Amino acid sequence: MKILAIASAGGHWIQLLRLQPSFEGHEVVFMSTKTSFASTVSGYKFLVVPDANRKNPFKMLSTVLSVFKHIKAVKPHIIITTGAAPGLIGIVIGKLFGIKTAWVDSIANVQTISMSGKIARYFATKIYTQWPDLATKGTIYRGNVLS
Amino acid sequence: MIFITIGTQEPFDRLIKAMDEVAPKLGNPEIIAQISGSSYLVKNMKTMDFIAPSEFNDLVKRAKIIVSHAGMGTIISALQLRKPILVMPRLLKFGEHRNEHQLATARKFDRLNYINVAYDEQELQEKILEMYFGESKSLHELGDFASPELIESLQEFINE
Repeated sequence: MKILAIASAGGHWIQLLRLQPSFEGHEVVFMSTKTSFASTVSGYKFLVVPDANRKNPFKMLSTVLSVFKHIKAVKPHIIITTGAAPGLIGIVIGKLFGIKTAWVDSIANVQTISMSGKIARYFATKIYTQWPDLATKGTIYRGNVLS
Repeated sequence: MIFITIGTQEPFDRLIKAMDEVAPKLGNPEIIAQISGSSYLVKNMKTMDFIAPSEFNDLVKRAKIIVSHAGMGTIISALQLRKPILVMPRLLKFGEHRNEHQLATARKFDRLNYINVAYDEQELQEKILEMYFGESKSLHELGDFASPELIESLQEFINE
């Protein structure tokens, strides 16, 4: 299987790296928002996309185009993301291409699932929360990024 | 060395100012602060803007204590490297964050007793003095990866 693993730079990325044992035995391509983060996954293909947030629609558009272009080129079987905006975009585009997708909501969301996670619910194959009390019918809890 | 980090998104003057002011009481040790465009003029600390991941890890390793906003990246890195961490959450009422998310995160991890938390500047100064001159050790130790349950669930998802 070919997995595309997406996370924006910072805390989301650190959480994504902690999922790595689950990718073992598969081809993995990483995607993030800062070139300097490539060093944390040396030996793997690493793609950079512009960061985006809801405040800046133009930047958001360039992120959408960039993520779309990469997904078309990489042709992953599975997309896994810990957020934020580029991950959500990956989930939506993944749905468009019929790719299996999983959203792991950040462990920082302790009271409610993130806004992006709420949107991802409509598109992702699987949604994880990292807190047992936030699990619902469609949002599952299976441990968290800590151990 | 004390390493201060406030993430890369927005300034956090309250934390930077409180730490800069308390530095002389700590005996002016080496303090390295990643400040992300804070407007406060730092007098007693060495400042940096963006720090690449490799350099970030080196600074965490070298530090005696980490002081930070309630960002998960820093909290996880500190616990993984078994470093004592003191966290002050960014608050919505001061425009430090777009929601009250950091306060909720800080409270949750405080209750779990994973991290030291200061809810205002005064508490930050008190706690850093206590930690710096007292016995400071990591409250919780993390392994390198997610919990086995999450890894297994994702493996199943990938293979099904």
